[in-house]
Amino acid sequence: MFKYLKQLTSLVAMVAVLFTFTTESMAAKKSKTLKNTQKKGFVRCGVSQGLPGFSNADAAGNWTGVDVDVCRAVAAAVLGDANKVKFTPLSAKERFTALTSGEIDILSRNTTWTLSRDADIGLTFVGVNFYDGQGFMVRKSSGITSVDQFKNGISACTNIGTTTELNMRDFFNSRGISYEPVAFEKADEVVAAYDAGRCDTYTTDKSGLAAQRTKMKNPDEHIVLPETISKEPLGPVVRQGDSVWEDIVRWSLNTMIEAEEYGITSANADSMKTSDNPQIKRLVGAEGEMGAAFGLDNEWNLRIIKQVGNYGESYKRNIADTGILPDRGPNELWTKGGILYVPPSR
Amino acid sequence: MTVIAVVLVFGFFTYNAQVNMESRGIDFGYGFLSQESSFDVQFSLIEYDGSHSYFRAYLVGLLNTILVSVIGIFFATILGVIVGIARLSPNYLINKFAAFYVEFFRNIPLLLQIFFWYFAALRALPLPQDAEAMFGIAFLTIKGLYVPAFIWQNFNIFFYSIIAAIIAIIVIRIQAKKLQETQGKQTPVLLISIGLILILPVLSFLFGGVKLSFEVPVLKQLATTSFIYEGGVSLPPELIALALSLSLYTATFIAECVRAGIQGVGKGQKEAAASIGLTPNQVLKLVVMPQALRIIIPPTTNQYLNLTKNSSLAAAIAYPDLVLVFAGTALMQTGKAIEIVSITMFTYLTLSISISILMNWYNKKIAITEK
Repeated sequence: MFKYLKQLTSLVAMVAVLFTFTTESMAAKKSKTLKNTQKKGFVRCGVSQGLPGFSNADAAGNWTGVDVDVCRAVAAAVLGDANKVKFTPLSAKERFTALTSGEIDILSRNTTWTLSRDADIGLTFVGVNFYDGQGFMVRKSSGITSVDQFKNGISACTNIGTTTELNMRDFFNSRGISYEPVAFEKADEVVAAYDAGRCDTYTTDKSGLAAQRTKMKNPDEHIVLPETISKEPLGPVVRQGDSVWEDIVRWSLNTMIEAEEYGITSANADSMKTSDNPQIKRLVGAEGEMGAAFGLDNEWNLRIIKQVGNYGESYKRNIADTGILPDRGPNELWTKGGILYVPPSR
Repeated sequence: MTVIAVVLVFGFFTYNAQVNMESRGIDFGYGFLSQESSFDVQFSLIEYDGSHSYFRAYLVGLLNTILVSVIGIFFATILGVIVGIARLSPNYLINKFAAFYVEFFRNIPLLLQIFFWYFAALRALPLPQDAEAMFGIAFLTIKGLYVPAFIWQNFNIFFYSIIAAIIAIIVIRIQAKKLQETQGKQTPVLLISIGLILILPVLSFLFGGVKLSFEVPVLKQLATTSFIYEGGVSLPPELIALALSLSLYTATFIAECVRAGIQGVGKGQKEAAASIGLTPNQVLKLVVMPQALRIIIPPTTNQYLNLTKNSSLAAAIAYPDLVLVFAGTALMQTGKAIEIVSITMFTYLTLSISISILMNWYNKKIAITEK
């Protein structure tokens, strides 16, 4: 009797082990981050502490901006509701630690994609949602109209923990100009100090300069110099090691850009289901199995377009109509002279 | 048992961190310290720029932290002692003013005070081109305090003359004490000391070939409306604001320690001292203070430690201290969060323990030696 019992136990154990393995490998297909997100019922998204046009909260605590829209798109795709996002405002210094430690699942915070960040610190950049470059802001009254007029002893206000700090050094060094870097932890303090006259120039990404300019006491007294001293491709970031989640975020962004390319907007998305163009039909979930690979249903991309809109709508709503950067510049579709070009959804 | 628990908990966290870091593809190591830092720092006591290593950046931050702490402790102590004694003044106005100061400054959060002194005071300061000269040589502007730099010739001779004066003062003090103990004679030690410390350096100027000249800051135009001062020494407004707020804040606590110390000495002690014919000054110096110090030192040590740790709030106003330079910029550029935070924590621990040891030594020295 006992002999059988022993055999039976080992059999049960073996089956149990086998079962665990199979469920494990099935679950591996579905992303762990996705599973947690669906269990919690909201997407955890890291944003800036207030950068108009990119991620900015209004008095009621509603977040808007192109960076915010990336997270809302992911929420629409995986949870069916673009509003199910929990935003965590992060300083430049905190942002990567918050992501690697698992406090947030997407970092969409005007973050520059560089080799060392992508390779070193356990992060993966999934794409670019804004092509930017570093510039300088000065007071109009200073008479400076070009970076060539900078002289030894100039003081420059900026944020710590950014590529800005490094670019600034390269720029001034290569020109042999001595300068005084004044680096703050929070953007609001940088603006306050520059506005008070502590610094001769304020340097950060040009989009940031344009956005922060609107926060100055008197925006008309300041100009952004025409020169761009660096490449700053800004985009959303995820943790390394969950490639399915990485793909979901990447293709949520790509869907928004591609939707604009094919003229699909939040208003006409439903009617596009009957389009003759198979590529358009794929983008609104009316053809193919475009969500299965992510562990999502077939209309995930339709929900993004309907609830958040395409990239052009997002840009217009957040950046152009607010007067920050009315001209799209490089952030125009490749078909219209810009450099926005994404792989096809098929 | 406790030791095992501590080791287990610590071990668990270490193991956990290791596993998590491995699964996220982060490697652990302190090798980055020798890499080129490639960022500049606004204000540094040692030679530094972006071509130096991260370790050098760490030293820059550490020295800046020590600098602001030393300045803060110095002024907080002086102000604290004055206010503490003022609170015991029989003069109503002085007494109430000191009480108001203490209650006002210790009840407002330090970070707010730092912001106030930085942003409010910053906006009130003039631009370099509008600044009025103080004594014709120094300028307080929104970009900092510019003071003349000293340019020495034969500085070492001047330095030796001061050392000689200090040694002479110590010798005279010992002699005076002996005279007091053996023959009961009083020597005017203070007068002699002041005389020595003034006369010897003056002699070095007259006969030692020591020369001192000043390099006065000169206004320089960068653009139509932007100016700076060149030459001389410039103190950044961030340092001034931080040292000021730390001193004003901590001085309130030190004042209370001083008051407690003086009030802690029994009334009978003072009366007894007066009855044997000591003057009020002698009562304070020989009877009250030695006993009061025993009460004052330990809580004041705490305040010194607090001030040192509070100096890490510097990050809010761009003073490049250890937290801003190392646990801020360096951490961001390398992504070595665990390594850098552990080094920073260990550094603050070492700083605090050093202050503690020093103050405990002093405390032991002045404690009553039981016979």
